Amino acid sequence: MFRKINERIIETAIRVSGFAVIAFVILIFLFLLKDSLSLFRVYPLKAFLTSTQWLPISEPPTFGIIPLLMGSILVMVGAIVICVPIGVATALFIAEVAPGYLKMILKSLVEILASIPSVVLGFIGIVWLGPFLKTTLHLNTGMCGLTGAILLAFMALPTIISISEDAIIGIPRSYKEAAYGLGATRWQTMWRIVLPAASSGIIAAVMLGIGRVIGETMVVMMVTGNAPIIPHSILQPLRTLTATIAGEMGETVGGSDHYYALFAVGLVLFVITFMLNFVADISLRKSRK
Amino acid sequence: MVEQNVIIKTVNLNCFYGDQQVLRDINLDVYRNEILGIIGPANSGKTTFLRAMNRLNSRYLHYRQTGEIIFENQNQQDIADTLLRQKIGIIFAMPQVLPVTIYENVAYGPMVHGVRDKHRIEQLVEESLKKAFVWEELKDRLRSPAVKLSGGQQQRLCIARTLAIEPDVILYDEPCSGLDPISTAKMEDTMALLAQSYTQILVTNNTKQASRVSHRCAFFLMGEMVEVNQTQKLFTYPDDQRTDDYITGKFG
Repeated sequence: MFRKINERIIETAIRVSGFAVIAFVILIFLFLLKDSLSLFRVYPLKAFLTSTQWLPISEPPTFGIIPLLMGSILVMVGAIVICVPIGVATALFIAEVAPGYLKMILKSLVEILASIPSVVLGFIGIVWLGPFLKTTLHLNTGMCGLTGAILLAFMALPTIISISEDAIIGIPRSYKEAAYGLGATRWQTMWRIVLPAASSGIIAAVMLGIGRVIGETMVVMMVTGNAPIIPHSILQPLRTLTATIAGEMGETVGGSDHYYALFAVGLVLFVITFMLNFVADISLRKSRK
Repeated sequence: MVEQNVIIKTVNLNCFYGDQQVLRDINLDVYRNEILGIIGPANSGKTTFLRAMNRLNSRYLHYRQTGEIIFENQNQQDIADTLLRQKIGIIFAMPQVLPVTIYENVAYGPMVHGVRDKHRIEQLVEESLKKAFVWEELKDRLRSPAVKLSGGQQQRLCIARTLAIEPDVILYDEPCSGLDPISTAKMEDTMALLAQSYTQILVTNNTKQASRVSHRCAFFLMGEMVEVNQTQKLFTYPDDQRTDDYITGKFG
């Protein structure tokens, strides 16, 4: 009898927490949607999505999301191009090549990398990486998309490395035995057997890394120059969606059009991350089949 | 029927894992195109012997061996890993199909060894599947995942994969331990037919299987080779009392 009640309580508790998570996500979405809609009552949605200027405090203000969206996408793509090859190669090295002691050292270094606060990375970007890029690439300013992309790549690396490594270690020994038994070299085994077999885990790792990159605020606010203009290359100053919200929220009057515009930016960010996760989920399912 | 022509010769072969010696002074000749059965209880060193043939043991840390293995009149140590394993293929106890399609499983070996021509690969895949007697069963589903096949089909697919790299010797490490009797019978038929063109070494826990399939048979016990003889003789009048005890089931 007592046992039965106990079961009930535990079952209910688990069910409640499950539904609570769903409720939170939906509430966040509704909250963003409600405040964004307040903007679109006074400012046309079409202008928000197509205008190429973000001038929130001029008279009349323009809230065009294109420059911010371009900034975010450029930094994200830059970071992915840098961190995915390095991350996957490092994971392969740790899982397949490195001798025992080196493996331990590398793994703990990766963990340390993960624990560096983003503001510290931003600081390094301001005092060292930015000036360094400026002089080596002869730029007008070191505070540009590339600086942000490099630092974000570093932030995404630990996620990509440790999850890819788990995926690589998790593939059955027998695959490797079979490949070696057929006379494959170590590299052939890695390239044709290990990587494809671990691909679903690696895709998940990359997607989680991208999630980290697109949501990151502090680093990009500190090092990308914060210029809300459409960037023509990654070597120009730009501003991301996240940095816009964080940088401007403190200066707006609650309930103003500007205030609601920032919520609309947040909604766009939410939609992007949602779609990324969705795509990741689909590709994971596909590769599991 | 057995050609008196030695393809592999071991001279005082000793194998160790760390301090533990698992094989002692093995002197064994393997003749061309024979099926050599190796029987013996667990931990007698059969598998280690088999894996020493194409140096797969060297993947283990702490493994070392002394003595010589002569393959085709050449010291085995002088042959590169990749070439050696192409000449001496292996079939493992559990069918080790790769997580790709049936076709790609077979095509993998030739591709690893540098065959790029699509037609040649296609031809090799078909030939190998035919030689392993799975072509009729599998020809219509070459593009489906190999892991969906039954255990017996997977194992014969593994044979096809090994045949595709055109080896001279095929090693079997208890190839039927996970198979049902019908699949086992098919495997045994396949081996008998392959004996026309390949040298085969069969490690098995199943003494009946060794007596059915092999031409000669060796009995290993505690790291020593007790006896090697014509299969019929070994199973009827063994030279050594211990062999007799093992095959009649007094221990094992």
